Amino acid sequence: MKRYAWFAAALLAAATAVQAQAPIRIGAFLAVTGPAAFLGDPEQKTLELYVERLNAAGGVLGRKLELVSYDSGGDAEKARTFAKRLIEQDRVDLIVGGSTTGETMAVVPLAEAAGMPFVSLAGAVVIVEPVKKWVFKTPHTDRMACDKIFVDMKARGATKVALISGSGGFDKSMRGECLKVAKNHGVDVVADETYGAGDTDMTAQLTKIKNAAGMQAVLNAGFGQGPAIVTKNYKQLGIKQPLYQSHGVASKQFIQLAGEAAEGVRLPAAALLVAETLPDSDPQKKVVVDYKRAYEARFKQDVSTFGGHAYDGLMLAVQAMQKAGSTDKAKVRDALEAIRGYMGTAGVVNMSPQDHMGLDLTAFRMLEVRKGDWALVQ
Amino acid sequence: MSGELAQFLLSGLTVGSIYALVALGFAIIYNASHVINFAQGEFVMIGGMATVWLLAAGLPLALAAVLAVALAALVGLLLARFAVQPARGASVVTLIIITIGAAILLRGLAALVWDKRIHALPAFSGEAPIALAGATLAPQSLWVIGVTALAVAALWGFFNRTLAGKAILAVSHNRLAAQLMGISVQRVLLVSFALSAALGALAGILIAPITFTSWDVGVMLGLKGFAAAILGGMGSGPGAVIGGLLLGLLESLGAGYVSSAYKDAIAFIVMLAVLMLMPGGLLGGRAAERV
Amino acid sequence: MRGLLALAAVVLLAPLALANNYHYEIAILVGLNAIVCVGLNLLIGYAGQISLGHAGFFGIGAYGSAILAARYGWPPLASLAAATAAAALLAWLVGRPILRLRGHYLAMATLGLGIIISIVLTTEDGYTGGPDGMSVPPLAVAGFALAGERAWYWLVGVLLLATVWLALNLIDSPVGRALRALHGSEVAAEVAGIDSARHKLLAFVLSAAIAGLAGALTAHYAGFITPGKATFLHSIELVVMVVFGGLASTFGAVVGAAVLTALPQLLTVFKEYEMVVFGGVMMLTMIFMPKGLVPTLAALAGRRR
Repeated sequence: MKRYAWFAAALLAAATAVQAQAPIRIGAFLAVTGPAAFLGDPEQKTLELYVERLNAAGGVLGRKLELVSYDSGGDAEKARTFAKRLIEQDRVDLIVGGSTTGETMAVVPLAEAAGMPFVSLAGAVVIVEPVKKWVFKTPHTDRMACDKIFVDMKARGATKVALISGSGGFDKSMRGECLKVAKNHGVDVVADETYGAGDTDMTAQLTKIKNAAGMQAVLNAGFGQGPAIVTKNYKQLGIKQPLYQSHGVASKQFIQLAGEAAEGVRLPAAALLVAETLPDSDPQKKVVVDYKRAYEARFKQDVSTFGGHAYDGLMLAVQAMQKAGSTDKAKVRDALEAIRGYMGTAGVVNMSPQDHMGLDLTAFRMLEVRKGDWALVQ
Repeated sequence: MSGELAQFLLSGLTVGSIYALVALGFAIIYNASHVINFAQGEFVMIGGMATVWLLAAGLPLALAAVLAVALAALVGLLLARFAVQPARGASVVTLIIITIGAAILLRGLAALVWDKRIHALPAFSGEAPIALAGATLAPQSLWVIGVTALAVAALWGFFNRTLAGKAILAVSHNRLAAQLMGISVQRVLLVSFALSAALGALAGILIAPITFTSWDVGVMLGLKGFAAAILGGMGSGPGAVIGGLLLGLLESLGAGYVSSAYKDAIAFIVMLAVLMLMPGGLLGGRAAERV
Repeated sequence: MRGLLALAAVVLLAPLALANNYHYEIAILVGLNAIVCVGLNLLIGYAGQISLGHAGFFGIGAYGSAILAARYGWPPLASLAAATAAAALLAWLVGRPILRLRGHYLAMATLGLGIIISIVLTTEDGYTGGPDGMSVPPLAVAGFALAGERAWYWLVGVLLLATVWLALNLIDSPVGRALRALHGSEVAAEVAGIDSARHKLLAFVLSAAIAGLAGALTAHYAGFITPGKATFLHSIELVVMVVFGGLASTFGAVVGAAVLTALPQLLTVFKEYEMVVFGGVMMLTMIFMPKGLVPTLAALAGRRR
């Protein structure tokens, strides 16, 4: 008997050793191509870059990280199929992904049923409200963006606001949230126009907005090229009222596309966009500057807040694993929920059982385009 | 309120001109080979993206644009020679699928060779808006409308006054008879693809300053161009232009006066209504069908 | 008949090769796409019409069932039936005027119809949840929720066999012969006494109903539906599946659906080259096998004998 026990113990030890050397698999499904490539491409690049860096620094829990990622093309059903593949076939330990809300919501039931910790990179508030046990998210919600914008508008004396948004999920969700919270800020929505995803000209909609009675400010909830076209048309039509964009266009690319017309446009965004100009005393400065430099050095492209959200997602996952001391999904989930005071590119994160996003309004800074670059509005 | 109407009309004409150029590309290829080239939108994309790339490489804008058009024409030639020609005996649906595959291939290549970001070209003559009849127009819009008009005129001259153009028209009327007259149907196919590609590329370069360009800008534009070509009567050059302008105006007026959320739906509903009443499109006429 | 038995054998034996839920998922998606394609093939392959808007009917089926079940509390079987009927009804209403068109004009009209449907689905977010989609309750029969990939696999398998059986019988019936006559020459068929308008409408409505049913099933299976399923890109995907597999071949439609549903999963190894490879495969297959996969392979097999 003893010989067998010794043999069994040796086998078990060997198995555990093999297991310990097995890489930690991080699964991802991102919209790398398709209409949301604006989001998914920097997310993919960021995950690849930082998995590499973490491995070069020794990995996590003594094991290497392995990234298994699929391109969903922004399609919710493809995302669901890939998520199932990640869970059932690739047997990943955790999922960071879901560039858009549609993709994320399609995968939520899978994650919940399989007990798979899932950190979403999408924006809508519905992802974490009501709270789902296994689902977390890193970007600010669109409702927070609306709040931040309306507060700034009120401060400038504008209470009659016109909305213009696109037909995409992000656009519609943010428009819905803004309509809901407008009352709370005493803001009156006097016009509500929309445009299509591939539209090339918004002067018709903007003309109606220009002529809307008493209009004092305009909010464009959208991302991609639509807002850039809106901005150019805005200037062309000579509309003088302030224009606000959403965090969906928080990247240098928006300024490059909209050109001179972008001067004076304001939007809420993570400090990442103004990383180097932050005062040294700003607690976020180190994180955002490091990320910005690493990303731009490697990919020769301007950094974007969407890549930043992927960075936050990965780092939160890694921190949770380290705190839990294992990749056991339930323990990692608990550790994720218990994260307090994590400083990410989006802001300081304080998770809790009721709040699976963890950001508050201070995470959003109000930025303005000045002289072709982002500047903090004090 | 006429200032509003003028604004809607002007923006409708600008967008409509782009649709017209794309629609012309469809019409030319259809005329020469009865193929609907679903990769037409990708030629538009190649025009814009290639120009952006060459510009970034240091070439002056005009040269970059010319080279981009040439590149698109070359791609069109390759597509005709290696994808369409080998399958010439196949059914219409098969040919359509080949061009769809080509569109996917070209998009994938663009994403690889260039990138997946959105790019803008500098406006040809600045951005200062021009005031016209109570509305404002971006100078680039004048370029779009003007160059489109020139292109249409040049094409009309090509098809009606030159031998090469007439050869293409002959093939579209009756391929066998044209062959018997000594016209090389193969050459006509190649020329028509190259010409359509060049037109598409031109459209892409013209609008890139206003609406930007990216690896997948061809999908929507190709669809709208196809719709415009059908609306005007597939195969009719003037029909393509009228269809394009009409589609642009419908979208703009629909957005302005009815509902901006439904403007695309409105345009398609009107198009469906037109097709119900005139099954051959606006200028298609009643085609005689051999039984 | 032999083909149907072979298909039944495949459906019965395939689970031996399906190792996990992900494999089952692919099989189920293949089955659902195959159902739509068999219906669409009746329209394109046999009746010789074209529809570039069938994803619209798929979407109506999906959203119809989703909205009735989720927002109005209908029992899923009833909402399934109602949604299928809605798709068929719409096809019947617009079919007559649209089917008077020919060739490219018909293509554009169906394309336009599909786009209008998808715009409505995206814009009326009060009902449909907009572009971010909506949750769909699971299919339940008398309190028993149909959950899990294995249960769905058998349901879809049975429905696929039923659809193929229906299609094969239709093609061999007088109606089917009328459709094939139509395809050959509409004028000649009318001279022979066939009411072409009625038969075209029948093919259109039937294929729309099948697409609607498949859409509703997909919605309940996935538990979630977005307007992406009703876009023209999806319509074109469906047509490609039918043509790829072989026009006027019911089994061709099944094979086409299977290949084009599974291929993107296999091509993920190519990562950023996936689109290029996929487009290339499509082009090369259609250039060298213009009649589609199944007819070409069948001809090769026939020649060797």
